[in-house]
Amino acid sequence: MAEKPAANPRQPERGKEYVRIQNVTKRFGDFTAVNNVSLTIYQGEIFCLLGGSGCGKTTLLRMLAGFENPTSGQIFIDGEDMEDCPPYDRPVNMMFQSYALFPHMSVEKNVAFGLEQDGLPKAEISQRVGEILELVKMGQFARRQPHQLSGGQRQRVALARSLVKRPKLLLLDEPLGALDRKLREQTQFELLGIQERLGVTFVVVTHDQEEAMTLASRIGVMNRGEIVQVGTPTEIYEYPTTRFVADFIGSVNMFEGRLTEDEPDYVRIESADLGGRIYVDHGISAAPDSTVWAAIRPEKIEISRERPQGSDNTVGGTVKEIAYLGDMSVYLVRLQSGRIVRVSQPNAERRNQARITWDDSVWLSWDPSSPVILTQ
Amino acid sequence: MSRRRGLFQPLSLVLGFAFLYLPILSMMFFSFNNSRLVTVWDAANSPTLKWYVKLFENDQLLDAAFLSVKVGVMTATGAVILGTLAGLVLARFGPFRGRAILSGLTTAPLVMPEVITGLSMLLLFVAVEQAFGWPAGRGQMTITLAHITFTMAYVTVIVQSRLAGFDDSLEEAAMDLGARPVTVFIRVTMPLIAPAILAGWLLAFTLSWDDVVISQFTSGPGASTLPVYIFSKVRRGVSPDVNALATMLVLTVAIVVFVGAWIMRRQERKRDREIQLAIAENK
Repeated sequence: MAEKPAANPRQPERGKEYVRIQNVTKRFGDFTAVNNVSLTIYQGEIFCLLGGSGCGKTTLLRMLAGFENPTSGQIFIDGEDMEDCPPYDRPVNMMFQSYALFPHMSVEKNVAFGLEQDGLPKAEISQRVGEILELVKMGQFARRQPHQLSGGQRQRVALARSLVKRPKLLLLDEPLGALDRKLREQTQFELLGIQERLGVTFVVVTHDQEEAMTLASRIGVMNRGEIVQVGTPTEIYEYPTTRFVADFIGSVNMFEGRLTEDEPDYVRIESADLGGRIYVDHGISAAPDSTVWAAIRPEKIEISRERPQGSDNTVGGTVKEIAYLGDMSVYLVRLQSGRIVRVSQPNAERRNQARITWDDSVWLSWDPSSPVILTQ
Repeated sequence: MSRRRGLFQPLSLVLGFAFLYLPILSMMFFSFNNSRLVTVWDAANSPTLKWYVKLFENDQLLDAAFLSVKVGVMTATGAVILGTLAGLVLARFGPFRGRAILSGLTTAPLVMPEVITGLSMLLLFVAVEQAFGWPAGRGQMTITLAHITFTMAYVTVIVQSRLAGFDDSLEEAAMDLGARPVTVFIRVTMPLIAPAILAGWLLAFTLSWDDVVISQFTSGPGASTLPVYIFSKVRRGVSPDVNALATMLVLTVAIVVFVGAWIMRRQERKRDREIQLAIAENK
């Protein structure tokens, strides 16, 4: 990483291709865990595999580490075919979800284990172990046994152990899963700092979208063994390509409708679900009169007592539920059609005179650029 | 604890202990009896240690005890090696052709009547001797082989259950860090299943130590283990030196068990304290 990064230090396209997964399928008996996945991961990026449990993300990671072999397809790491390469010969290290610290070895012995396998001289081993433990701020705990450490400290030791061999590619399986919320947030940023300093390529598996959003330069969303969308966190959130992705990442209001006007620079959708029309200020690729879905994020909907101008992108309803979360409030509004719409508004002012309350009649409206129109 | 408990609980405790330990205590008591007749207490000249002294003058008995120790050690070691391998295969290799059969076969000796095991062993040894001229006659070697056969099952079960609760990712982590399978086994798997291996060794030793039936079938003239010796002696009439011998055995076992339990308890406490400390530090 010679050149100084600009705004985003984890720009994906900058690095050269490091991992190529080509049409990889993994079956366990009749069950297809990973189905024809192709993926390219670039050097120096943090790639997150995001999905619910059983979506195949962990299986994919384990195939990168060499613990499972693909039923079909190929995996290339740094240009080399990994087919007959056992885990102990791969230029890859993994941080396990359970941390998998050896309970019968002290912290420094745990970290030194990998270097000992390479037959390095003792002096170099102890020097490198010392350095990496300092990096994760665990130097003073070197002689402790794993059971004498807290969850966060174990996580650091596991990280140190997987980094000490200076792998080009580090695999992390739910790295922050076992930590409590405060510690998680702090560790997330530390992880980013370490990644930047060492220039390691990270592949992170997680079911936690917040974790994926903060860590990742790119996210691959998985569902039922397939990659459904790959993109930067912004792309995944703002431009989901399927209903699954829109629904899985964050919360969303999904309205089914019929495409009534299909022009190159705008479209109109008639939605019985919404009880109104949706106007979108850009063209989409869908057959006229076909069924489409409009996805609108809760924070992109305005809520007010007065009726806004225009008849498109506006709908009336009654407030059914309010959740005050401090930084923002979430309103559940029931439309005439019976649909419940989720709206969130930041609590920018301390005292809000026009505070909307239960059973108020309100109007919801949104910008013509806000809805994402999905065809599948 | 001011609640009244009534008589039932203490009474059942006393009766339970009496049921378990009265026979042993009475045996110990009579081992200090001066009389030649086992059940008649010679109040005038008791207690005495003469049976204990006699014990150590009995070469036959000492030989039998020494043979028992040798057989026990070899049995336990052999059973631990084979049983650990079998346990590893059963716990690790997932489903494979013949898994159910292997599992059934390794654990069958647990429920096999000893008489059958002993008899079939005897027949096998005789047949093999006729065919190959080995093992020549029956003695230490045949007893050990027979004991390994039936104690291996216990070791397998213990090791297998230890491995069932074993975090597989530990072995994967070792492999991921560059360790080849043999290194993984020696540096990670073995140390972690060591308690199970040790327990298996002790159990196999104990089983071998007090086995009569199978030893009876597979021992030859001039090579009888301690239980076989005691059994044959008792059949000719109980003599008080057997009481003395049994008392010493019971005491030895009791001391070993108590010391073992005490050490384990101490380690557990230390560990608990350290965990508490680690938690407290992070508050």
